Amino acid sequence: MLVLSSLLAGLVFGLGLIVSGMADPAKVIGFLDLAGRWDPSLALVMGGAVGVGLVAFAVTRHRTVSLLGAPMKLPAARHVDRRLVLGSTLFGMGWGMAGFCPGPALVAMGMGEVKAAIFVAAMLAGMGVFELLEGRTTEAVRRHS
Amino acid sequence: MVIDWNAFTPWPALAGGLLIGIAAAMLAVLNGRVAGISGILGALLRPVKGDVAWRVAFVIGMVVAPFVYGLFAALPKLQIDAPFAELVLAGLLVGIGTRYGSGCTSGHGVCGLSRLSPRSFVATAVFMGAGFVTVFVTRHLFGL
Repeated sequence: MLVLSSLLAGLVFGLGLIVSGMADPAKVIGFLDLAGRWDPSLALVMGGAVGVGLVAFAVTRHRTVSLLGAPMKLPAARHVDRRLVLGSTLFGMGWGMAGFCPGPALVAMGMGEVKAAIFVAAMLAGMGVFELLEGRTTEAVRRHS
Repeated sequence: MVIDWNAFTPWPALAGGLLIGIAAAMLAVLNGRVAGISGILGALLRPVKGDVAWRVAFVIGMVVAPFVYGLFAALPKLQIDAPFAELVLAGLLVGIGTRYGSGCTSGHGVCGLSRLSPRSFVATAVFMGAGFVTVFVTRHLFGL
């Protein structure tokens, strides 16, 4: 059941990225290009998603188990540290270069775009580098949380 | 700032955003998990027993979304301008950066802002800022 609901959530997420136009890197770069001819679409995508999310996460806030009986495992960390800022900076640079972030890259790969598959392979390699350098420490955090 | 009114697609953007929000809501309410793509993917590289199937299912759902969309309407054409080397470098940066920063546009941007997490507000401001600067540098300073 949890696997099915997750599959459906992933499907709806992917459909949302296609409908919104965000699977297209040119559209994302159109938003990030403030000095050019600016396409504000991405801001509305975020606005729509956060609008629904605010309600959903307000509902889940005080629950200890999900509707399907799984333990709630939403992130609890609230502190801002150097890792967060430096990591997000690197991510933003890569996002600006290619116009891809992880979700849209997966969807574009599903469209059969070879360039998206290349990006996803490199992204997984990058995540692998993180696991090699930091995996053990995050693993400890995961087990203790 | 000049708004590109021809490229701006407010209604599809809003509709797609609502779908993304519904997907995040589904995963939170039904599974008790946050829909952060980089975290869902990244944790698969060091699999923990009992924590794999839902992640794989979510990723499969995303990858088959174009197929399902294609049953009802023609898929939009994508424009991927970055050449091979830039895609590889960008992919590496996104992979390393999202894992060190504990999230991407979905985990911090959509879910984190919805959870009113101060950490996610900072992360979102930082990666958007870095994205703005990167596009300015590559497009307008180097004319790539």
